[in-house]
Amino acid sequence: MKRWKQSELVPVQVELNGVQRRGLCEPRVLLSDFLRDTLGATGTHVGCETGECGACTIRVDGVAQRSCLTLAVQADGRCIETVEGLAQADGSLCELQHALRERFALQCGFCIPGILMTCAEMLKRRPLPEDEQIPGLLAGHLCRCTGYTDLLAAVRHTVAEVRRREAAHPASAPSVGVHDA
Amino acid sequence: MSERASRFGPSAGTRVEDAALLCGRGQFADDLGCKPGTLHAAILRSSHAHARLRGVDVSAAERAVGVRAVLTADDVTRWSRPLLAALRVPVLQPVLAKDAVHYVGEPLAVVLAENRYLAEDALEAIRVEYEPLPPVLDIAQALTLDGPRAHADLAQNIVSDRSYCYGDPDAALAAASHRVRLQIAYPRNTATPLECGVVVAEHFPDGNGGHGAYEVMSNFTGPMSLHAVMAMALQVPESHLRLRFPRDVGGSFGTKQSLFSAIVLLCLAARKAGAPVKWVEDRREHMTAATSATARRSHIEAAVQDDGRIAALSFDQIDDVGAYLRAPEPATFYRMHGCLTGAYAIQHLRVRNRVVLTNKTPTGLVRGFGGPQVYFALERLVQRIAVQLGLDPLDVYRRNFIAKDAFPYRAAAGALIDSGDYAATLAVALQAADITALRDRQRQARSEGRLYGIGFAAVVEPSISNMGYVTAALTAEQRAHAGPKQGALAAATVQIDPLGGITVGIDSMPAGQGHRTVCAQRVAAVFGLAPGDIVVNSELDTQKDAWSIAAGNYSCRFAGAVAGAVQIAAQRLRDRVAQHCADLLGCAPQDVVFAAGSLHARGQPEHILPLARVLSGPHWAPALSTEAGPPPLRETVFFTPETLHAPSSDDRVNASATYGFVFDLCALEIDRTTGRVYIDRYVTAHDAGRLLHPALADGQVRGGFAQALGAALSEELRYDGQGRFASQTLSDYLLPTCLDVPAPIIVHTQTPSPFTPLGAKGIGEGNSMSTPVCIANAVADALSSLPQSEHCQDLRLPLTPATVLALVAGGQGQAATGTVAVQTGKIR
Ligand code: FES
Ligand code: FES
Repeated sequence: MKRWKQSELVPVQVELNGVQRRGLCEPRVLLSDFLRDTLGATGTHVGCETGECGACTIRVDGVAQRSCLTLAVQADGRCIETVEGLAQADGSLCELQHALRERFALQCGFCIPGILMTCAEMLKRRPLPEDEQIPGLLAGHLCRCTGYTDLLAAVRHTVAEVRRREAAHPASAPSVGVHDA
Repeated sequence: MSERASRFGPSAGTRVEDAALLCGRGQFADDLGCKPGTLHAAILRSSHAHARLRGVDVSAAERAVGVRAVLTADDVTRWSRPLLAALRVPVLQPVLAKDAVHYVGEPLAVVLAENRYLAEDALEAIRVEYEPLPPVLDIAQALTLDGPRAHADLAQNIVSDRSYCYGDPDAALAAASHRVRLQIAYPRNTATPLECGVVVAEHFPDGNGGHGAYEVMSNFTGPMSLHAVMAMALQVPESHLRLRFPRDVGGSFGTKQSLFSAIVLLCLAARKAGAPVKWVEDRREHMTAATSATARRSHIEAAVQDDGRIAALSFDQIDDVGAYLRAPEPATFYRMHGCLTGAYAIQHLRVRNRVVLTNKTPTGLVRGFGGPQVYFALERLVQRIAVQLGLDPLDVYRRNFIAKDAFPYRAAAGALIDSGDYAATLAVALQAADITALRDRQRQARSEGRLYGIGFAAVVEPSISNMGYVTAALTAEQRAHAGPKQGALAAATVQIDPLGGITVGIDSMPAGQGHRTVCAQRVAAVFGLAPGDIVVNSELDTQKDAWSIAAGNYSCRFAGAVAGAVQIAAQRLRDRVAQHCADLLGCAPQDVVFAAGSLHARGQPEHILPLARVLSGPHWAPALSTEAGPPPLRETVFFTPETLHAPSSDDRVNASATYGFVFDLCALEIDRTTGRVYIDRYVTAHDAGRLLHPALADGQVRGGFAQALGAALSEELRYDGQGRFASQTLSDYLLPTCLDVPAPIIVHTQTPSPFTPLGAKGIGEGNSMSTPVCIANAVADALSSLPQSEHCQDLRLPLTPATVLALVAGGQGQAATGTVAVQTGKIR
């Protein structure tokens, strides 16, 4: 296992939403802080720093995880996806983002980046989660504004749409409701 | 203009805020860059509830790696004054504790270092010597004559004690055929926005004629009356305390009001460091030391006739405001004072309000502010009246409601309740709930021995606070001496740029409610444009924008007051433009039609002028437009509701401009083996006057309901027997998740307010007031089928599984041993 001195500045290189990015940080710096403060990717939010709220959720090599419970040095060489990478290539909203906007599913939006990243992972699972499984998959995210009802409706709608499309065109490449970096 | 063409463009009515928020391009306070050289602050906080400070030694911290300065109480004493309170009180709050600490989390010193990690490291190098003193931990203890004092030198813990009498309550109580009494306790809880506080402060020694000035960026959400408190604490004129507000705020629900003391603290820290400083509150600090709703104990009593009519009410209320009476407290009492009689036509009222200090975090704005405490007493009482007199609670409601033709109705303590049709709203709620079917279901459940209950709550929801209401805590003589305070100014500006674009500025400091969307819709409609054509800026800057002491995000002032001010400003500007271009169109100004991005004379749609060209004209050729008055480029409006007077000499106060109505119904079942409460159906019927944007209004209801559900079932800021704080994390303070929150059935009636420009009232706080007590009433009803139900009617929030199990045991005639001690949530 690699060892560093506390005050040492360690180079960390990640692929962030498809772009190679690098920065220096102390070995104890949280990945959430590295993304926000060093790489300027402030879309990822911090609501607790203790793993409870879910706002800081990102995907590391495709797996949704809390960036506040991860050290930046642990992400060296990994592929990271954040909310900034979800929109379509032309900048317009992806299907899931669109569904949230259409249903007034967000208010302050502070919780939303983390929720979107968990959903992004969920939408790539096969088989897709059943309707009644969705609340359980989102229960690790706190939202203080919306009461969750419209959020759940938007996520359910998107999952159902993807399922419907895949049933109609089983041969075509999977279309997953979120943009793939 | 419109978003680039794509498969997923926005539909009409969707929020202008959302695209950026959904793409990670929000501009929250912590997302905004800082100047090079900005230092990061970490705050050392008291670990004791009450202790004398023998010494705070920061010398090792000052030498720590990366540390540039440490702010201490001596600096604070030299450069500032304590925070002024709304009443004359024996102790004022300093922003750093000096000789003693009075609650866990009270700031002791601020370390300023190159980054937050280093600043937190250095906190550990500060040595504090405490000499523990006995703490005051609850209201009962605070009232004891020989018990401890929250501050060692206080003669007593009571800092305000006022009695009020309206009508002849004593005669009504003496003559009553029934007197129904209840004691309630309301716990400390909070609204817990997901984003914590942020303050970036800088000191400019050359400002203010060399006396120094401050500039701050913070997600503090007002009320801006506290700006004066901050400036006075910093000993600068208000014009030399510049405050700026970010575009996006991650929820506040009132709680970010509490940041004003941190703003003063960080201004002083910046002065000490000689550099800009940034502080980002962490979750533990927020839970421990930011704020809380007041805890309350009330004795409430009603004089009731045989038919359930309430002739008089008596309230004896005591609020725990924590270690200091922090402004705007004791507002928790007085916001609700004028409408203490709720939705009922009761003209005889007696009130005693006492405020006590305890060794807990100072209290402040939390969604519903004052309402949850009042209605937990009043609506539990209505349920008790029905039980005690053997009446259907719905009949008690119907017989006591203010009649439809009595509006505007002057309530006993002075509220001028603007509009409503309470019986109609109740009927809509019952229909949505299918009450007959629910009562059948209840009978069936009971016949099977299950605990199934139905509860109700009726709530008058005040909005747009009268800036003078807290002076009702003073005597009439004190008020006369201080001069009248009243009103609730809302400011809005609409301006035109040199290419004819329209920008709107508002003073509502939004925290997620979609204010920019609603304003864009209003202004677009006035000018015949699309909402996407209008830019709305809510980033208040105290040196550049229109604002008043009432500015801020609280008391649901947006829909009634701020959107109304925007509407007036837009119409005035449009009318001035019409004046200027009427000649060009050859018609009278009132016949100029604004439609689809152009102008024409009424009846002549074929001859049009492009709107942008007309609007921009005065920028390029102002002389051409001076005949019809000054060039129509900008209009600022200050609107205040005319009905908000200062409290009268007989202590009547109209504390709010509008009063909405909520009627809730909850049907639930208690699992007698686990104590868990399962909500079967929840209906919430609202009358918030005219709804400006129904989907956003429903969002406020759903969010308020979810927060209130947490207050009812799981949330409490807990302290142990030594006053140590036990709810520091979100594993200890249990917020509802999406598995816990059922979807309420929402229905609306709309009786427009005659007192606001658009007929709108607030809607965001009603469920904070109605839902906790509605659930409690349903739990009480469920427990009423137990053999000894008289032993389980003292309901305390939160109704955690352990608490409910103990109630069930009590109702079954068993001693509830041990169960209450095992609360959910870890105690650390
Ligand atoms: S910030 Fe990571 S879980 Fe809350
Ligand atoms: S939208 Fe504000 S926390 Fe979820």
